[in-house]
Amino acid sequence: MTKIYIPLDMAAVAMGADRLAVAVAKEAAARGQQVEIVRNGSRGMLWLEPLIEVETPAGRVGYGPAKVKDVASLFDAGFLTGGAHALNIGVVDEHPWMKRQNRVTFVRCGVIDPLSVPEYEAHDGFKGLKRAFEIGAPAVVEEVTKSGLRGRGGAGFPTGIKWKTVADCAPGQKYVVVNADEGDSGTFADRMIMEGDPLSLIEGMAICGYAVGASKGYVYLRSEYPVVVKVFQAAIEKAHEAGWLGKNIKGSGFDFDVELRIGAGAYVCGEETSLLESLEGKRGIVRAKPPLPAHVGLFGKPTVINNVLSMATVPMILEKGAKHYADLGVGRSRGTMPLQIAGNVKFGGLFETDFGIPLGVIVNDIAGGTRTGRPVKAVQVGGPLGAYVPVSLFDLPIDYEAFAAKDSLIGHGGLVVFDDTADMLWMARFGMEFCAIESCGKCTPCRIGSTRGVETIDKIRNGQDVEKNIELLKDLCHTMKFGSLCALGGFAPYPVESALRHFPEDFRKPALEAAE
Amino acid sequence: MAGAAPYSDERAREIIAAHMSLEGPALPILHALQAEFGHVPESAVKEMAQALNISRAEMHGVVTFYHDFHTSPHGRHTLKICRAESCQSMGAEKQANDFLARHKLEWGQTTPDGSLTVEPVYCLGLCAHSPAALYDNEPVGVVDGETLDAFVEEAKGK
Ligand SMILES: Cc1cc2nc3c(=O)[nH]c(=O)nc-3n(C[C@H](O)[C@H](O)[C@H](O)COP(=O)(O)O)c2cc1C
Ligand code: SF4
Ligand code: FES
Repeated sequence: MTKIYIPLDMAAVAMGADRLAVAVAKEAAARGQQVEIVRNGSRGMLWLEPLIEVETPAGRVGYGPAKVKDVASLFDAGFLTGGAHALNIGVVDEHPWMKRQNRVTFVRCGVIDPLSVPEYEAHDGFKGLKRAFEIGAPAVVEEVTKSGLRGRGGAGFPTGIKWKTVADCAPGQKYVVVNADEGDSGTFADRMIMEGDPLSLIEGMAICGYAVGASKGYVYLRSEYPVVVKVFQAAIEKAHEAGWLGKNIKGSGFDFDVELRIGAGAYVCGEETSLLESLEGKRGIVRAKPPLPAHVGLFGKPTVINNVLSMATVPMILEKGAKHYADLGVGRSRGTMPLQIAGNVKFGGLFETDFGIPLGVIVNDIAGGTRTGRPVKAVQVGGPLGAYVPVSLFDLPIDYEAFAAKDSLIGHGGLVVFDDTADMLWMARFGMEFCAIESCGKCTPCRIGSTRGVETIDKIRNGQDVEKNIELLKDLCHTMKFGSLCALGGFAPYPVESALRHFPEDFRKPALEAAE
Repeated sequence: MAGAAPYSDERAREIIAAHMSLEGPALPILHALQAEFGHVPESAVKEMAQALNISRAEMHGVVTFYHDFHTSPHGRHTLKICRAESCQSMGAEKQANDFLARHKLEWGQTTPDGSLTVEPVYCLGLCAHSPAALYDNEPVGVVDGETLDAFVEEAKGK
C-alpha cells in the first residue's frame, strides 16, 4: 500500500486537486496498484499546486503542479516509488523553499492528515494543552506573555496581556472568540491552517479557555471559504470524539466547546467589535472602545478575541516553552511570521520565517520576481489598508516597528506584488472605493470621506485642477486618519498616501498627456 | 447550489425554530433560509423579527447590512469574480470588465434566462493564483476570459 498525498487546500482545489485525486484513484485501480490517498493541507508551495506527494523510503517525493492529463504518465514513470518525471521536485522536505523556512505555526500543515487526531498527537499535538493542565491557568497566561507573541490579526497587540485582562475578570461566563474573517487581499494563512491543521486552532482555543476561565469558544469564519467550513466542522467533531473537547477534557475537570459561525460577506466584520455585534446577530457596526471586549465582549461578557494564527501558535509555545519562541525574531517582533506571497509573483505561497528578513529578499529571491517577467513596481504589504512599498525601500526588514517608521504596516503578513504596468492612481482609487463599499457607516470621516476620496481621485484622473485636488486628497486622508473610529477609515489613507508619496508621477499623467 | 424550494411561511418558521437554541441565532438562520429558498424574502424577515422579538425595521437592517443576503431571487448559479488587489495585479479588472461587456451584464446582474448571477468578491484567499473566481462553491484559480465564459455556458439549462 503506497501512501499518496493530494491537498484538499482551497488553492489546490482551485487548480484541480479534487479532479486529480479522483483520476489518481481510478488509474491506480485500473492498474491494480494498492494506494491510499490522503487529503492533506498545502505545504505552502502554492505555485506547485496541486502537488502530489508519494511516500517512499527516501522520504516524501513531490510531483507538481500535476494535472489530470499527467496522471497516466506519472504512473508510467513509476512515481509510486519516486520515479523520474518532468514534474518531480524531489523530496519535498529538501526543497530549497521549504529548507529556508522556520516552520513553527505551520509545522504540521501539509504534513499530516488534518482530520486524524492520532496523527496530530504523533506530531506533538495536544502536548501544549496537557502541559497547560499541569502548570495551571495563571502559569499559562504567564507563559504566553513571556513568549512575546503579538496578535497576528494586524495590530500586533501582545496576546498575553489580552488574556490576563480576561483572566482577571470575576469568574462567570466568559468567551473565547477566534477571528477567522481574513478579508485582506493577499492573505490566506488563516485559511491554510484551518484546512491543513485545524486541530492546532482547536487546541489553542482550549488552552485559552482554560487560561482565562471560559468554557465556550466561537470561530467566526468568512463565508468566502467553503472548504474551511467542511474541514473545520469535521475537525471539531473529531476532537469531540477523541475527548479533546466537551466535558471534563481528559479528566482535567475543564469543560470546553467550540462552535463554528459563518459571516456574510462584510469586510468590516473582521474588526473585533463589529465581529462581536455580528456574532450576536446584529448589523456589524463597530463599537466604541472602551469598554474593551476583554471586559465587555460577546453578549456583554469578558471575551478574548484573537486571530487564527495567534491562537494556533499557542500550543507550540506551551509545548516548547516561552523562551524557545521569544528567542526567535528581532526587536519587539518575536517569533515567526507566516508570510503570504501573492499577486504578480513566480513563486507564490506561504513562507514562514523569523521576523527580520528584508522585504526585497522575499520578493526578488524567494518569490522569484514577477510572474509577468517585468520589473517590480510596488508591493502592498498588510492588505487593502496597507501601504504600497516601492523598490527603493526593499531593505526594510519584516518587523512591526521598522514598517511603522516608514508609515507602513505588516498587518497580517500578506504581500501583493505589482509589476511596472500597475497604475498607482488607479490602485489609490480602488483603496478609497473599497473603504466606501465596506464602511460600517458609523462615523462621518470614513462613510463620507471615502466617497469624496473616490470623487477627488477621479478629478485628478481627468486632469482637473490636479495640484489643488491632490492637496484636497491629502487633507481628506488626514481627516480620515485622525477622525475615524476604527482602522477601516483610519488606515484606508495608507494605500492612498503611500501611492502619492512614492509614485507622484502616476497622479500627474493626465495633465502631462494633456500638455503633450 | 442556490436553493430553489418555493417559499412558505410554515417552512420558514420551521427553519427559524430549529436554530432558536443557539446564542445569537440571526446569522445562522439567515444562511439557512437563503440555502433553502435561494433568497430571504420579506415574509421570512417578518417571521424572524417575530421569533427574535425585535422590530421588523431592525431585522431588515440586519439583512441588508450583509453583502451575502438578498431579499429577491438571484440566478440559479452564482459566479463571484475577485476584484481585490492581488487579482488586480494580474489584470483581473480588465478581464472582468471585458467579460461583463461580452455578456451585456453589470456587476450583480443575472443573465436573462435566470441561470447565472455575476457578483464581485473582494478576495477569495486564492491570491497566489490570481486572478481567481468562485462558481457556486467551486474555487477556480488563474482564470481567463475563456474560463469565465465557460461558466456562463455551464450554468445554462441547469
Ligand atoms: C476593518 C478591519 C478588519 C479587520 N480584519 C481582521 C481579520 O480579518 N482578521 C483578524 O484576525 N483581525 C482583523 N482585524 C483586527 C481585529 O480588529 C483585531 O485586532 C484582531 O482580531 C485581534 O486579534 P490578535 O490580537 O490575535 O491579532 C481587522 C481590523 C479592522 C479595523
Ligand atoms: S471608521 Fe468606518 S468602519 Fe470604522 S467605525 Fe467608522 S464608519 Fe465604521
Ligand atoms: S485578491 Fe483575489 S483571491 Fe485574493
